[in-house]
Amino acid sequence: MGSNSLHVLKGINFSVEEGELVAIMGSSGSGKSTLLNILGMLDELDEGSYDLDGVPIKNLNETKAANYRNKFLGFVFQSFNLINYKSAMENVALPLYYQRVGRKERQEKALKYLDQVGLKEWAEHLPSELSGGQKQRVAIARAMAAEPKVLLADEPTGALDSTTSYEVMDLIQKINDQGNTILIVTHEPDIADMCKRIVHLKDGIILEDKKIKQVRASEYV
Amino acid sequence: MFDIERWQEIFDTIRKNKLRTFLTGLSVASGIFILVILLGFGQGMQNGIAEEFKEDAATSIWVWPRRTTIEYKGLNPGRRVQLRNENYETITNAFDSDYEKASLLYFPRDVQVVYNNDLLVYNVAGTNGDLQSIENEFLSEGRYINETDVQQNAKVAVISNKIKREVFADLETPIGEYITISGAGFRIVGVFGEHGEDEGEEERIFVPITTAQLAFNGSDKINNLNFMLPEMESFDATVEKNKEFTDELLTYLKQYHGVAPEDDRAIHIWNPIQEAKRFYALMGGIKLFFWVVGFFTIIAGVVSVSNIMLIVVKERTREIGIRKALGAKPWSIIGMIMHEAIFVTAIAGFTGLIFSMGLLEIVGPEIEVDYVLNPAVNFNVALSTVILLIVAGALAGFFPAWKAVRVQVIEALRDE
Repeated sequence: MGSNSLHVLKGINFSVEEGELVAIMGSSGSGKSTLLNILGMLDELDEGSYDLDGVPIKNLNETKAANYRNKFLGFVFQSFNLINYKSAMENVALPLYYQRVGRKERQEKALKYLDQVGLKEWAEHLPSELSGGQKQRVAIARAMAAEPKVLLADEPTGALDSTTSYEVMDLIQKINDQGNTILIVTHEPDIADMCKRIVHLKDGIILEDKKIKQVRASEYV
Repeated sequence: MFDIERWQEIFDTIRKNKLRTFLTGLSVASGIFILVILLGFGQGMQNGIAEEFKEDAATSIWVWPRRTTIEYKGLNPGRRVQLRNENYETITNAFDSDYEKASLLYFPRDVQVVYNNDLLVYNVAGTNGDLQSIENEFLSEGRYINETDVQQNAKVAVISNKIKREVFADLETPIGEYITISGAGFRIVGVFGEHGEDEGEEERIFVPITTAQLAFNGSDKINNLNFMLPEMESFDATVEKNKEFTDELLTYLKQYHGVAPEDDRAIHIWNPIQEAKRFYALMGGIKLFFWVVGFFTIIAGVVSVSNIMLIVVKERTREIGIRKALGAKPWSIIGMIMHEAIFVTAIAGFTGLIFSMGLLEIVGPEIEVDYVLNPAVNFNVALSTVILLIVAGALAGFFPAWKAVRVQVIEALRDE
């Protein structure tokens, strides 16, 4: 949006297979968030190409981008980004509203996903009545409710203490175990170690891209 | 267009943002309320003025001779102008301008009215049948003076309701009773009444003009000439017609009585329509003023709706970002915000409309002040202003929403 352009990503070439759990690491300013925003169609790329599930993502108009976001992508943010005047269940049901799912079915599905993140009892609560970890779990349930192809998490544990972080990571791992593709941006090594692959970014280029042996978060919980 | 899901979403939002909704609604409702009350009083004043002029026929012309003020053709100023029968005949027979009714009045001096040996203190006037229309009098009983009475110098009299009440209260009807005027017996043939509060004019006893002139030494003297002109298709045309007739009348009378053409005081002409025209002009001014005030009230309403919508959208920038991240299409967000804006302004607008119209409806008829009568407002005008405000509210919602939707999602999400 700003008038001064900044060259953030300078040649990123990588692909993610279905069912992977990828950590994108790097110090601040390395371009990891920018990468995730481009992957999430929240930001536009100036050069290069990006294919999602065989569909080239380029020069999309707002409506098409909205469609893709709705169908392909689920987001989890560091600051949760729940709508504060809607209950946990209504927040989870929101992506389904934009998929034109009926109200009854939306509520059923939302409850199902809240149950999966262990918050069925909190369905009627507003975000302000939930703890940070609970909020993030609601956000994850919301991201999952749309049944996306890819789950994108931008510092999902950034605002949480380590115990809560591990709980959230445990949840993310379980979702990944069910075959969902997940990308996590983080700068915490212990969180990255809980993924199956780590991509290190520095100054807009890939420094390292390695598969690792996953550390199960459940060991810490 | 009717999308139950959308409505549910909007009701959810409204329910959970009561204060914001209330404030938006209040500014709209009060804007409409004030406008309708203002327009209502504008109408009320117009009705009031129309009522004030109802007492005499609006197109009537009254001629009163006075004294000359300018020396002319060797005649001294200060000379009394005396109208005569000949004037009346010339005007009614030889004028180009046409009139609808013409009447003349002769007030005999020093007459005594006696009934049952009681002396009555009422004025007597000689006239003809056309006076009834010109004075806008109504008949309560019997008949008015007619052509035959005038031709045959009939000794008949028409009295007012007031005289009936004061003198003939014991009788079922005064018709057929005889009163004595300066020694001559007159049979009462009718009772008339005046509209409004013009009680002073109810003090009079009317007799045929010819009888009055003969019986009370009037010879061919006339005190007043009265005319009523036809109403034209428009008010302005009526005023124009009135002026034409008045000019011809004045020219003739001045020439006949040797009055200087520039002497405007010798012959006094009173025509309510010229007065009415002044009042209507004033009225137009007042109405325009009310409209201008009302218009600015609406503008203020629009501005405040816009302002609130601007804040609302600003407040919801992050929410818009979240909704977009979850796959909301731009138009669904704009639609949602506009839908909410239209819904709130519509409900508030109609609430203001109902309250103000209700107030006018209830309080309006109770108001008893001169020049304000039954304030009311044209429903279509009120409805149009509500619709105008709704459109304005929609636009007020549209532009900020449009702007907010165009912000990149990450920018919107960063908004705290």
